[in-house]
Amino acid sequence: MTEALFVGMGTAALISSLLVILHRNPVTSALFLVVAFCSLAGIYLLLHAEFVGMVQIIVYAGAIMVLFLFVIMYLNLKSDVETGIQIALRRGIGWLVGGVIGAEALWLFAKEWGVGPIVPELPGLRDPNTMAIGKLLYTQYLFPFEITSLILLAAMVGVIVVGKGRAQRPVHPAKPGPPPPRVAPPAAGLPAAPDPEAS
Amino acid sequence: MAALFANPDLQMGFWAFVKIFIILNGMLGVVSYLIYVERKVAGHMQARMGPNRVGPLGLLQPIADVGKLFFKEEFIPAEANKVIFHLAPMLAVVPALVTFSVIPFGPEPFIVTDINVGLLLFLAMSSLGVYSITLGGWSSNNKYALLGGLRSSAQMVSYELAMGLSTIGVILMANSLSLVEIVRAQTAIWQLGPIAFPGWYVFTQPLAFGIFMITALAETNRAPFDLPEAEAELVAGFHTEYSSMKFGLFFLGEFMNVISISCVAVTLFLGGWSGPGPESLGIVWFMLKLSALLFFFIWVRWTYPRLRYDQLMHLGWKVLLPLALANIVVTALFVYWRANG
Amino acid sequence: MIPLPWLLGLSVLMFLIGVIGVLVRRNALVIFMSIELMLNAANLAFVAFSRHMNSLDGQIFVFFVMTVAAAEVAVGLAIIVNLFRLRETVFVDEVNLLKG
Repeated sequence: MTEALFVGMGTAALISSLLVILHRNPVTSALFLVVAFCSLAGIYLLLHAEFVGMVQIIVYAGAIMVLFLFVIMYLNLKSDVETGIQIALRRGIGWLVGGVIGAEALWLFAKEWGVGPIVPELPGLRDPNTMAIGKLLYTQYLFPFEITSLILLAAMVGVIVVGKGRAQRPVHPAKPGPPPPRVAPPAAGLPAAPDPEAS
Repeated sequence: MAALFANPDLQMGFWAFVKIFIILNGMLGVVSYLIYVERKVAGHMQARMGPNRVGPLGLLQPIADVGKLFFKEEFIPAEANKVIFHLAPMLAVVPALVTFSVIPFGPEPFIVTDINVGLLLFLAMSSLGVYSITLGGWSSNNKYALLGGLRSSAQMVSYELAMGLSTIGVILMANSLSLVEIVRAQTAIWQLGPIAFPGWYVFTQPLAFGIFMITALAETNRAPFDLPEAEAELVAGFHTEYSSMKFGLFFLGEFMNVISISCVAVTLFLGGWSGPGPESLGIVWFMLKLSALLFFFIWVRWTYPRLRYDQLMHLGWKVLLPLALANIVVTALFVYWRANG
Repeated sequence: MIPLPWLLGLSVLMFLIGVIGVLVRRNALVIFMSIELMLNAANLAFVAFSRHMNSLDGQIFVFFVMTVAAAEVAVGLAIIVNLFRLRETVFVDEVNLLKG
């Protein structure tokens, strides 16, 4: 049952990731990436990592991809148009390198390998996943946790500074032009003094 | 065949299907009648009768509404992205419906399922609810719709933070993320001198309840936070180009969201199905509390003026977020003090 | 229990697809999305090992990877938006003013 669900969700994750890189329209790519993330979240649930699975949906699918979509819509991007020999060459090299890495991966898989030291299961009732993660995160991994808050602060400051864009260059102050021509102010009731230029 | 039914997994699956069927149809019915109730209550608050022509007391009005929506001509803008245009309304309804699967409507047989991160599932589904509005606004190929969609998603994402943080106080007190556990933790009765009142979290976490209700209003794009779909400002915001049943689905999705967030608020703060009397009366109490919260939603809509967008953002980030954080600190200190004497 | 080779195979395939995406596509946003795919493939490997070695350290690390990915996406998108404002394009091929 678990294997069947994993095969289903794994196929969904693979197909949607393939479509992310193959589709022309960036919005559709982003939506397929959301599908890939949700399938991964399902796989995490199958692996008894509920907290990570839910956080994956909340953070990745619900915040990061919304940010991506915002930027794509803000920049008003249309479908990519990719033609020309230059691009075909580039694409060919890309797939070739991908093939090389794939061959490496296959070679590694064909070797004999085993899992590292397995932590023995403690007797007694297991903590729920969230509680166990909380206990580890705030005791053994407290320092990295505080560092991540600094990373987020740095990212926020960085985004605001980068996003503001450049200030306009200061315009050179104009040189003082010729003094305006002197015109006597008209007395009340009398017509205005004649314009010196008009003759 | 008998062997098939003996398999416990399949049995659980079958009963889950039955419950899902009941909840789905029930909630669809409740949504249509919620629209009717809103119009009636709005009418009476504005010193007029609401709809009272169609059927006795206007009770068949939702049927007339749905019929009208079905028969309208469906316009699809020429340059719109067809697939996403059709997808967006569907995305409005699905996350709200998924939330119903973890809400305990009553004790044992009234729960579809109990996952031990139920509250996180609710937060995840409300995060996914942003997509329908963003995609609906963008795929209409209309600048007002796009602006409305982007504004609305920015609003929803901002208020999601305060909503999540306000629920942490409840989690600290109940010591669990599972909604069933949270309801169980509220069934205790406290004695304060001569008065005995139920141990609901609305009494111990009033600030969190206030923040949750305000953010719930913002999450569901209800007034006074409905600038993104404001009629006067942005034509109709993100659903400008939608007609007929697609618009109906957006509308339905919005109300479904209202009901699901109210159900979660009842579960987290108002004690869920707990109430005086035997436990099997649980679902009656749940429905009563749910109706009270739904009336609150409708009441607020017709009482307060709409918030301007910068006021909205100011409220979400500079007021509610620090208050929620302060609430977490105080609650954590209290829980620690209570646990360590 | 899902066999470990299946999980790692899925992780490797997703990583591979991410690498190909970075190399093949020209749109900076799609390149970014492929980077996210790679990070998620690594997350999957972490969770898979955490399950099979019965230790929660893998899931803690996933937590940190997600945080760093979120920060990176935010800053990267701000840079892309700035680049778009300057050069009117998001295609990385066309940002070649410094080319010798």
